[in-house]
Amino acid sequence: MTAQTLFEKLWARHAVLDTNDGQTLLYVDLHLINEVTSPQAFDGLRLNGLQPWRRGSVLATSDHNVPTKAREAGITDAVARRQVEALERNCAEFGLQFFDMKDERQGILHVIGPEQGITLPGMTIACGDSHTTTHGAFAALAFGIGTSEIEHILATQCLLLKKLKTLRITIDGVLAPHVASKDLALALIGKIGTAGATGYAIEFTGETVAAMSMEARMTLCNLAIEAGARCAMVAFDDTTSRYLKGRPLAPAGEQWDAAEAYWRTLHSDPGARFDRELHLDAASIRPHVTWGTSPEMVTDVDGRVPSPDAESDPVKRRGMQQALEYMGLQAGTPIREISLDKIFIGSCTNSRLEDLRLAASVVKGRRVADNIVQALVVPGSGLVKRQAEAEGLDRIFTEAGFEWRDAGCSMCLGMNEDRLGKGERCASTSNRNFEGRQGPGGRSHLVSPAMAAAAAIAGHFTDISDL
Amino acid sequence: MQAFTQLESTVVPLDRSNIDTDAILPKQFLMIIERTGFGPHLFDEWRYLDRGEPYKDCSQRPLNLAFPLNQPRYAEANILLTRANFGCGSSREHAPWALSDWGIRAIIAPSFAEIFYGNCFKNGLLPIVLDEATIDRLFGEVDAMPGYRLRIDLEQQTVVEPNGQVNRFEIDAFRKECLLEGLDEIGLTLLKGDAIRTFEQARQAQEPWMFAGARRLD
Repeated sequence: MTAQTLFEKLWARHAVLDTNDGQTLLYVDLHLINEVTSPQAFDGLRLNGLQPWRRGSVLATSDHNVPTKAREAGITDAVARRQVEALERNCAEFGLQFFDMKDERQGILHVIGPEQGITLPGMTIACGDSHTTTHGAFAALAFGIGTSEIEHILATQCLLLKKLKTLRITIDGVLAPHVASKDLALALIGKIGTAGATGYAIEFTGETVAAMSMEARMTLCNLAIEAGARCAMVAFDDTTSRYLKGRPLAPAGEQWDAAEAYWRTLHSDPGARFDRELHLDAASIRPHVTWGTSPEMVTDVDGRVPSPDAESDPVKRRGMQQALEYMGLQAGTPIREISLDKIFIGSCTNSRLEDLRLAASVVKGRRVADNIVQALVVPGSGLVKRQAEAEGLDRIFTEAGFEWRDAGCSMCLGMNEDRLGKGERCASTSNRNFEGRQGPGGRSHLVSPAMAAAAAIAGHFTDISDL
Repeated sequence: MQAFTQLESTVVPLDRSNIDTDAILPKQFLMIIERTGFGPHLFDEWRYLDRGEPYKDCSQRPLNLAFPLNQPRYAEANILLTRANFGCGSSREHAPWALSDWGIRAIIAPSFAEIFYGNCFKNGLLPIVLDEATIDRLFGEVDAMPGYRLRIDLEQQTVVEPNGQVNRFEIDAFRKECLLEGLDEIGLTLLKGDAIRTFEQARQAQEPWMFAGARRLD
């Protein structure tokens, strides 16, 4: 048999049929639903008199809009409340599993899917959120989709897609101390650009990826969409197996053995051909900080804000000028001299236990700098929060001057009340530094959890070893 | 879905690359649970001088008159001309809804982000890829000639300039047919319901751990 890539194996396993015009009807195993992108899909079902094809394939929760404090008081914003209530009502009407915001299992969908063992290797997973790429860390095919596609999957259990090209990114070498998979991902985006992987399914491989925890792999796959990739994946291995075994919804007993035997085949065969190959040297990566309004506008902590004058492409040059103006930065400013107002540790990129442990290890015994007006830690799920508290991480953060919150997307996109004000500058562990993303006029710098923690202590960006 | 066959219209230029879906429709409007009413909030943070809120009237808000959508010469445009990687960022279909609701029926750019590109077709909106040099030239002409119009013919896959110059574009056969006919994809897929059911049964036998019963959380 021809050697196949992991992507090709997963694609072939889920292809119901190929249409004669180059599209594939792909069967979807798991459909995650949030409050923001789903209401119009449910309206569509009602309008057309349709029912969900397979209710057991759906898990829904509210993560974007929910408050991260004083939850017992409910949602005070009437418009947000209406949307969260609409999801609850739709799930009740159509018989779908729903975690409400007082359920300890509630959290960001891309955190709770893996945490519950509902995300499994070999699956196709879809969610009306672009960061669904995260689940690919489990050797799954995971796509962000729009609302029409949500309705399409609810009604037919299938997604109509054109086959993607394959891109293998091999990462070798040992990461330096205080350098995380977040830094690797930002370095990659800086290198290939935010449209660098458009049209491709990425597979991350190499010794650096093999040595990573599942949390670190999830961060890497999560950020693949910021390079334009519709999905990203990592092969199944012992690390995947250890993470999943014993999770509430992971198979158990004989079923586990059967499942694991199949999952062991979820890797690219030796000699499999990719449409494109890239290599990264992990050992040379330094902690990264974005300086502009696109994740590709990034440099390392030793760098300076670049000068648009050095850019020869006029469209890019104008883009850089607009970004510097919005960010209130001067070309040539050392990254370490950029002073901050707020710190956000959270989001589907970096809100898992390992992220919080790393940040806490930097914060321990220190104080948030006086110029920082707010420093937030928002765990990715109720269960991450509970475990972090059991380990005393909450006290490390609160004693240092951080606020310790309930789970949700929070300040990553500021749909709830956690936002940046106009002109406020934030070191954020989230995934997008777009204009207005964290609040109108807000200025976002993307960094790893350890770098955000160090910035909170120093009041400006700094190398952790300088603290 | 509204069919798309031909379109002749003035063109509104947005000379900027990497325009993301947060810029196209800021997040506070994602709380709107209907499918309509997004047009007044298209590019809200660039278009107005104050902050917009969902379900609030926009007619009295202070406008940013420098922004192309607010300029009378572009007010009736159904074609948006822009730069590379348009629609990057989130999967929100509210972005094409807002463009469509404002009156945009076709977008011309050197490249699009993938999820956004797909979302356009589900909403009768035609994204057209032309090469950078052509786009550069079109920007120059739109700027130089008030009332500049382009003619788009989907059947022929062409964008025709006022001087008669024809620019061909590529499009998937399936997407083209859906747009030309205004076809409903869900209806089309449900016609293949038997094949999906057969596949599903085989899959259940193949990977039983994936299926309901064992996968209820409660």
